[in-house]
Amino acid sequence: MSGIPHDHYEPKTGGERWLNNRLPVLGLLYDTLMIPTPKNLNWMWIWGIVLTFTLALQIVTGIVLVMHYTPHVDLAFASVEKIMRDVNGGFMLRYLHANGASLFFVAVYAHIFRSLYYGNYKSPREVTWIIGILMYLLMMGTAFMGYVLPWGQMSFHGTAVITGLFGAIPFVGEAIQTWLLGASAVGQPALNRFFSLHYLMPFILAGLTIVHIWAFHSTGNNNPTGVEVRRGSKEEAKRDTLPFWPYFVMKDLFALAIVLMIFFAIVGFMPNYLGHPDNYIEANPLATPAHIVPEWYFLPFYAILRAFTADVWVVMFANWISFGIIDAKFFGVIAMFGAIAVIALAPWLDTSSVRSGRYRPMFKWWFALLVVDFFVLMWGGAMPAEGIYPYISLIGAAYWFGYFLVILPLLGVIEKPLPMPATIEDDFNAHYDPKTGGTHTVVKPAE
Amino acid sequence: MLRTVTLAAVAAMGLAGTAMAAESETLITDYDFPYEGPFGAFDQMQLQRGLQVYTEVCAACHGLQYVSYRNLHDEGGPGLPEDQVRAYAAQFETFDEDLDDYRPATPADKFPQSALPEAPDLSLMAKSRAGFHGPYGSGLNQLFKGMGGPEYIASLLTGYEEAPACAPEDFPGYYNVAFGAGGYPEQCIDEDGHHMAPGSWIAMPPPLLGDDVVYEDGHPATIEEEAKDVTAFMMWTAEPKMMARKQAGFTGVLFLGLLAVLLYLTNKRIWHRAKYGPRDE
Repeated sequence: MSGIPHDHYEPKTGGERWLNNRLPVLGLLYDTLMIPTPKNLNWMWIWGIVLTFTLALQIVTGIVLVMHYTPHVDLAFASVEKIMRDVNGGFMLRYLHANGASLFFVAVYAHIFRSLYYGNYKSPREVTWIIGILMYLLMMGTAFMGYVLPWGQMSFHGTAVITGLFGAIPFVGEAIQTWLLGASAVGQPALNRFFSLHYLMPFILAGLTIVHIWAFHSTGNNNPTGVEVRRGSKEEAKRDTLPFWPYFVMKDLFALAIVLMIFFAIVGFMPNYLGHPDNYIEANPLATPAHIVPEWYFLPFYAILRAFTADVWVVMFANWISFGIIDAKFFGVIAMFGAIAVIALAPWLDTSSVRSGRYRPMFKWWFALLVVDFFVLMWGGAMPAEGIYPYISLIGAAYWFGYFLVILPLLGVIEKPLPMPATIEDDFNAHYDPKTGGTHTVVKPAE
Repeated sequence: MLRTVTLAAVAAMGLAGTAMAAESETLITDYDFPYEGPFGAFDQMQLQRGLQVYTEVCAACHGLQYVSYRNLHDEGGPGLPEDQVRAYAAQFETFDEDLDDYRPATPADKFPQSALPEAPDLSLMAKSRAGFHGPYGSGLNQLFKGMGGPEYIASLLTGYEEAPACAPEDFPGYYNVAFGAGGYPEQCIDEDGHHMAPGSWIAMPPPLLGDDVVYEDGHPATIEEEAKDVTAFMMWTAEPKMMARKQAGFTGVLFLGLLAVLLYLTNKRIWHRAKYGPRDE
C-alpha cells in the first residue's frame, strides 16, 4: 500500500492462496509489516510503538479495573480502595493504569516534538498530522474523564473547573456546561457519562491509530534528513530502505523495553509521585481544595489559559472590540484551544521547503526555544496565578503563538538552508563508515 | 539522622488569580522510616506498636473505615496471629444490618468510622497529605529525601508548641508548627503580610504527650517514638500492599532489563549486515 516500490505478498502454499483469494488479509499483514522504511531513522522514531503499546496497556488494565469499579458518587471512591486492598493484584492494575496515562503523554509529547523538528507534518503528510492531533485531543479528553472516576477531591473540583471553561462561552456557555454535566453541577449524571465516554474513547483512539498508520504507510515515513526515498525502481528504493520487519521491529522493541523499565520503576517504587495527594480524599462538594492543579500533562495549556488576565492589552482590546462579549475568561479558553489549533495548522504555517530542522540553521534555535518554552509553561501552570507567574506564563504563551504564527511563516522566506545529502543512502553511509568493516571492502572468501 | 527543613506552603488562589496570598511556613522534620527507599520494608514490631497507639489514643475520635480487622493478619502488615486478630476485633462493636442491632466485630468487619464528625478518617491520611510541600513545590524533597505524608504526620504529632507571644490568649485551636492550613491570628502577621511564626492553629488538641501507652516490647514510649510508630502504622493502612508492590516493581525492572539486553544484542546482530556489509562467518 505504500507508494514506495517493493515486493508484494506471494502466497506460498495452497492454504494461503485459498484464504488470500477470499480475504486478502495475509497480503495486508505482509505489506504492513514489510513496508520499506528509511534506513536512517534515529531513536526519536521509537515513540510510535511506545504509544501503541501504552494504548493496549491502558485498554487491558482499564477493562479489568471496570470489573471492580462502581460509577456511583457514594461508592466510587470506596470501590477504588477495594481495588487497592482486596482485589488480587488490583493495586498493580490501578497504578499501572494511572501511571500509564503519564507514560502516554511523555511519549506523545516526544512524538509531536520529533515531528515538529523533522518537518514530518509537511506535504505530503498533512493528513497523518491532522489525525495525530485529533488523537492527541482524544487522549486529553480520555485522560481528563478518567481522572474524574476515582471521585477524589481533585477529580471533583477539577471537573468543576474544566467544565466551567465551557461556561465561559458567551450566551450559550451555561447551557453547554449543563448539557456536558447532565445537571447544573458536578454529580451523579456527570460521573456516569464520563465513565461511559472514558470507556468508549480509547476504542475510537485505537481506530484512529489504524488510520494514522495507514496514512503514513501511504506516503512513506519521513526520516531525519527529510529527503524522500527514491522511488524510480525497486532497486533504487531498496538502497534507501530496509523492511520494517525485522530491522525496525527489533529496534523499537529494544527501545520499548528500556522505556518500560523506567516505567516499572516508577510504578513499583513511587507510584503516587505524579499524582495529587488530594485525590486520596473523597470528593466533598462543600470543601474546595486550596489549589486546584491539573495533572502535569495539562499544565502547559493550563498556563496559557490563565496567562490572559483582564489587564493584558490584547484581552482589553478584544473586550472593547466585541462590546464586552469576550471577557478575560473566555479569551483564556480561546487561547488554550488556539494553542493546540496552531499546532494542527503547522503544515500550512511553515513556508520552508526544507523538511528537516537539521538543515535549517535558524529554525534549529527557534525550535529549541519552543521546547524550553513548553517546559516553562508547564512550570508556570503549576505555579499560583499571582505575583510574577502570570507574566512568565504570558511571555511563554506569546512565544508559543509567535513561533507558529510568525516565526514559522517568516523563516521559510529569510532562512538559507544548509546543503542536504542527495539520498538517504548517502546519509546512512556517512554514519556507518565502510572502512570500519564495510560494505565495499569485505570480500567473502570462497568456501 | 534528623533534618528539619523549612517548607513554604503557599495558600489560597482562585482560577482568575484574584485571591490574596497568605504564606505560612511549616516545620517538617525528615524522620527516617524503615520502609523508605526501593528496598525498605515495614517493621512488623513498629506496626504493632503503632496499632497500639492508634487503638489506645487515636481511635477515640478517628476511624479507619477502609481497613478490615483481618488485614492485621495480612502478609507485609502488622502480622498479628489469627486468634489475636479475632480477640482484637471483638473489642469493637459493629452495626449488623441483618440483626438490625450492634454485635461484637469479627475479623471480616471493617474498623469503625470516625467517632467525631470533625475528625477525619485515618485510612488514607499518609497518602492524602504527601503534598505537604505544596502542590506548587517541585516535589524534589519527596523525590530525593523520600519526604511525604508520613514525615508530615509525625511532625504534626510532635509539632505542638507554646503559642507565640503575639497571639491573643483566646485564639481558637492549638498552635502547631507543622500545620499550615489552620487559623492564624492577625496580630501575628506583619505589615508585609508575612507570618511571624511558623505553622498555624489546629483544632485537634495534642494527642500525644509521651508515655501515653506502655509498649509490650519495652520500646521507649517517648512522644517522638510514639509519633513515628503510629505514623508507620498509618502508612501501612494507606498502602497495605506496599511490600508486594515494591517486589513487583523490582521483578519487573529486573526482567525488563534482561529482555532489553537480549533485544539489544538481537538488534545489533540484525543491523550489522545492513551497516557494515556481510559478516565474516
